Amino acid sequence: MRTRIVVFPGSNCDHDALHAVKYVLGEEDTAFVWHKDESIGEDVDLVILPGGFSYGDYLRTGAIARFSPVMKSVIRYANEGGTVLGICNGFQVLCESGLLPGVLIRNESLTFACREVHLHVERHDTRFTNDRSLRKTVRIPIAHGEGNFIATDNVLADLEAGGQVLFRYCDREGRITANANPNGSRNNIAGIMNKEGNVMGLMPHPERACERMLGSADGRGIFESLRSFFDRESSVHLRERAMVA
Amino acid sequence: MKYFVYIAIERKEAILDPQGKAIEHALESLGFQEVENTRVGKFIRLTVDAAAPEAARAIAESASEKLLANPIMETFSVTEIIPIENSHRPAVHGRTTAA
Repeated sequence: MRTRIVVFPGSNCDHDALHAVKYVLGEEDTAFVWHKDESIGEDVDLVILPGGFSYGDYLRTGAIARFSPVMKSVIRYANEGGTVLGICNGFQVLCESGLLPGVLIRNESLTFACREVHLHVERHDTRFTNDRSLRKTVRIPIAHGEGNFIATDNVLADLEAGGQVLFRYCDREGRITANANPNGSRNNIAGIMNKEGNVMGLMPHPERACERMLGSADGRGIFESLRSFFDRESSVHLRERAMVA
Repeated sequence: MKYFVYIAIERKEAILDPQGKAIEHALESLGFQEVENTRVGKFIRLTVDAAAPEAARAIAESASEKLLANPIMETFSVTEIIPIENSHRPAVHGRTTAA
């Protein structure tokens, strides 16, 4: 799984993401891409936009990052079907870029929310959520001041109807309640994907929950899902190539 | 000619404004019972080199559409355009500097 992690000035979860993919999953071909790089490289399987405070969150979260040189190629890559995972600030960048609908505003409480939350995984048939370990309520930390997902009624209805909501905040028992909502997000939304299913953004930090010693290894399921997806994809390619030959 | 172009960016009415709400509660507790629907926005001043005020406005509006405002949740308006040269107005908008 050739993975590239974009580093913006102010990213602070880039190393966590690298650690999770390269050392916990053991995917050797994992590297950083600097925001000034104009290319993300060839044959990339996965691009991760990590958490942090890109460009100091100036103007709006993710607003300046969206115009960095590397984002041009990330947007092109995504539009060509490439897989992009945006975590926390990465989710905000994806919304500002127009790769995902809606926007993330200040938490309803006005406070920074830094704690573990429970998530209900809405679908198990996407490239991001197919791992068996995700067939339960998962426990993953959040750490954000602006994770309050909003969208117009029409956009929200589209997201729901299209099955684009992948994660919702819930309680320990998996019940999606107002009390379990840490930031005021509409419909308790914690993570969504685009219509095509190749771009996903979520506020919780799966890369911080990939090892038991960190309190939870539930986040690993997202990376394992992607790995199985690319493994299956490459075996299909090999078979197709063998048939042509 | 250079112009100061002032842009006000406001959150759309339908969008919740938790900061505005918090400020309003504080105002209420200070006795400002007459105040309602407090909203927090942004105020940006650009210095624009343009041939005429209307050209400066067009540049500022284009900048607002592309970057300064997010159309999903915000609206913007150019509130004032002031030529910098030949102007005796103070640089701080809407205020006279204290003597």
